[in-house]
Amino acid sequence: MLTLSSQLNTYLIMGAVLFGFGIFGLLRRPSLIGMLIAVELVLSGASINFMAFNRFLAPDPTVGQIITLFIMAIAAAEAAISLSIVIAVYRNYKSIEVEDLVELKG
Amino acid sequence: MNPSLFSPEGLAGIIFLILIGVTILGAIIATCTKRLIRSVTGLAVCFVGVAGLYYFLNSPFVAMMELLIYVGAVCVTIAFAIMLAEPDEARLARKISGLSGGLAAICGGAIAFALGYAAVNGTWMAAPAARANDGSLKMIGESLLTRYSMVFELISIVLLVAIIGSMALARGGRREE
Repeated sequence: MLTLSSQLNTYLIMGAVLFGFGIFGLLRRPSLIGMLIAVELVLSGASINFMAFNRFLAPDPTVGQIITLFIMAIAAAEAAISLSIVIAVYRNYKSIEVEDLVELKG
Repeated sequence: MNPSLFSPEGLAGIIFLILIGVTILGAIIATCTKRLIRSVTGLAVCFVGVAGLYYFLNSPFVAMMELLIYVGAVCVTIAFAIMLAEPDEARLARKISGLSGGLAAICGGAIAFALGYAAVNGTWMAAPAARANDGSLKMIGESLLTRYSMVFELISIVLLVAIIGSMALARGGRREE
């Protein structure tokens, strides 16, 4: 149990678990912000996979770290854009629940 | 081989187990609580655990960036959005039915199990005999400014577009009185 930190499988399974939690939250949450939180979990699961392969299998150990930094930048941009979409939706519908947003033409 | 509990390796192993626990606990709080502000807190806890995992993967710089960007910026931004657009708690609580929650759990569990199964049973390529460099912060900086400079510039353009676009979007519905 104490040598888990030096095995590739531990990190891969952690990434899979976070991904599964993200999908679970994405399907279960009735509001847009809750779904955004779940998407962040999915992204961090993917990042953990990149970092694990970078540490154990990559010949050049900077590649995975740089990809993870880019994933963080994309995730930050995605969070900013989607939160402003959420606020715009809230201003028009007075609700951020997905079931209320069924009209295509505003 | 199993290191003893009080050797440095053993203590590092215990800290690693604690970090895994923190990550999973944070993910559970982030997905299973009813109030959104609690779930943002759970997301922050989960990212602290993930930053610890990155530290164990020999990259303290990425771990620090995880804390700085995710815990410091993304979670705070989501908290602000919750303050601006608070969902109706009572309606939300009524809407989560047991059946849809169960189906979501089955879906997420199946995907996690399939990915974990593939990860454990797959054959990865062998570990390289020699590394090109040590993956330190200096090497990351050199790669960012030489080999990945184009991507670096593109990501800054993406961030600029995101800033301007989010301001334009959030301002869009505001009427001039």
